Amino acid sequence: MSEPVLEARDVAKHFPVGRRGVVRAVEDATLALLPGRIVALVGESGSGKTTLARVLARFYPPTSGEVLLHGRAGTGRRGYHSDVQLIFQDPFGSLNPLHRVRYNLERALRLHHRTRDRRELERQVLDLLERVSLSPAGDFVDKFPHELSGGQRQRVVIARALAVRPKVLLGDEPISMLDVSIRLDMLNLLARLRDEDGLALLYITHDIASARYLCDDIVVMYAGRMIEGGPKEDVIARPRHPYTKLLIESSPDPGRGEDDRAALFDGADELGEPPSLVNPPAGCRFHPRCPFAMPECEQSPPPRTDLGGGHWAHCWLHQKGRAGDLASTTHAAAPALRAAGPADAPGAADDCGDGKEEGP
Amino acid sequence: MTSQTQEHAPATPAAHRAVLRVDGLSVEYAGEVRACVDVSFTLRRGEILGVAGESGSGKSTLITALTRLQRPPAVTTAGRILYHGRDGGPPVDLVTLDDKALRDLRWTSLSIVLQSAMDALNPVLRLGAQFADALRAHDRRMSKKEAWQRAAELLAMVGISADRVRGYPHQLSGGMRQRAAIALALACRPDLVVMDEPTTAVDVVMQRQILSQVLRLRDELGFAVVFVTHDLSLLLEVADRIAIMYAGRIVEIGTARALYTGPKHPYTQGLRDSFPPLHAPLRPLSGIPGSPPDLRRPPPGCAFHPRCPERFDGCDRILPELVPAAGHEVACLLYPAGGDR
Repeated sequence: MSEPVLEARDVAKHFPVGRRGVVRAVEDATLALLPGRIVALVGESGSGKTTLARVLARFYPPTSGEVLLHGRAGTGRRGYHSDVQLIFQDPFGSLNPLHRVRYNLERALRLHHRTRDRRELERQVLDLLERVSLSPAGDFVDKFPHELSGGQRQRVVIARALAVRPKVLLGDEPISMLDVSIRLDMLNLLARLRDEDGLALLYITHDIASARYLCDDIVVMYAGRMIEGGPKEDVIARPRHPYTKLLIESSPDPGRGEDDRAALFDGADELGEPPSLVNPPAGCRFHPRCPFAMPECEQSPPPRTDLGGGHWAHCWLHQKGRAGDLASTTHAAAPALRAAGPADAPGAADDCGDGKEEGP
Repeated sequence: MTSQTQEHAPATPAAHRAVLRVDGLSVEYAGEVRACVDVSFTLRRGEILGVAGESGSGKSTLITALTRLQRPPAVTTAGRILYHGRDGGPPVDLVTLDDKALRDLRWTSLSIVLQSAMDALNPVLRLGAQFADALRAHDRRMSKKEAWQRAAELLAMVGISADRVRGYPHQLSGGMRQRAAIALALACRPDLVVMDEPTTAVDVVMQRQILSQVLRLRDELGFAVVFVTHDLSLLLEVADRIAIMYAGRIVEIGTARALYTGPKHPYTQGLRDSFPPLHAPLRPLSGIPGSPPDLRRPPPGCAFHPRCPERFDGCDRILPELVPAAGHEVACLLYPAGGDR
């Protein structure tokens, strides 16, 4: 496998609040982006995914840990951004409204490639617009941002990022403000950039279904920590962390059968909420909401368990041979099961550390 | 226009159980933009009707018209909104109702849940006081103490502990605020609740909790819901029937199941296929080419024709009417009136 282009190693980011408080927005984040692969970073608001993206884009320095570009730390700022570009959620706020599309794109070319020749600039600008499917490019190049639709604007934003000829694109919810019918087009465009140009992509989203459509690997964050990751189909079909399971069970899926739906939603009244990051729970941060919580979970953060095939999770269930508990119930049903009596976990021990035995 | 109203009534004897019948409703902004055009549907008691559409489809305009919350320059230019009360008396037309009669209907018969609970709750009043306001305005004999007690019960109904009744909105999380707003909308036992993107501002897990509660409370209390959102994949799971809006018109309406398994209108098909599946096998999807039309200059004929993969001669001239087609109704020239295909 090729070398990672961009890597985060044990990155933490804390923000001071008030006189002594600290928001522990991200802790122990380790992530590698490879050329020609898309990693989806999935989580709810406040899980730290945007903070991590901004650390990766060098908007802020990490509190601890390091970010490596091509295996090196400490690349100069301009050099860094020649390789790493960030796309924001809001295409309305990220283009200068006073300038035409042409200027917005030319500026990136001038700054990063010192392209001066007028004819060459024009050719590259038109080329960029064609690459993001704004064609005929001549129709768009002299428009102001307000004359474009949301989808067109986001394409211009992507074109501007591409003008730099980056190796890595970080997309922070790049489709969530777009109309539903044009989101897929944008995802297909990102997939094309991966396949044709070999870009390394980080796709940040709260929408697991779109992550599954676009990405190769999924990493799930909860309350500032990465809790599970691996090849997308493994993670979605067989989640190995209770929170990932909750997230997948909660996501809309019209393809569910009626019975599945009833099982998931009847009694899904009380699923709890993420904790404050100023004073996060000790141990596993999910334990106050977790129907499977054990004494260990309250005491120390769960170590990483490798489940085979690149799938990993931070959960004590795997250390204690109780992985089977997770697979056999839903979050809606779990509290009732627990109230009925402590799980005696028969035969769960053989489940530990093996990601494949229940495959089709 | 009026010929459609009978067809909207369900085939079963449920017609008299309708709570709302919207008939040929049109709303314009300053006479320039027709944001809602000839919208007709029937809502049965206890039913959840989903309204799905993209930005500019007229779904928010429809909501403000239904609840008479619209402000100038929006004007209802045609149509009726017939509300059938619990007592079985003659229906009232919400479009022409005077302010006094409308006030009597609000909360007790008709209430609304907005997208952002922070906009719906008063930031400087304790939750209990806001519930007491609504409760006592509609039941003058209710004492303050009773009202606060009832407020605590209502909050408990949506899983918020009773001691929060003395709290302020900012002390609740976003999800809790939205649940409080739903409890408030249900305070006077309305039989129709209009929900405008009620879960768009919250995360999926909270969304699931809220919807789970809405479904449970609907079963217990029997209110009907008009649920407006851009998220069709969500509606397919919670709504009984779904209306798809495009450029101000309903282009298709049918049961959630029928719309998922056999959408008729090319727009509905495109919209359904704009949501990648969570578990089903993946295949390349393409969304819908182009973007929604500018309502100041709507395309002639079917407004969807410039984006439609199945358009043919006539789509750019003839405006399709909503006609029955295989169990639901669709406005598309592919399905000519009377000819089920």
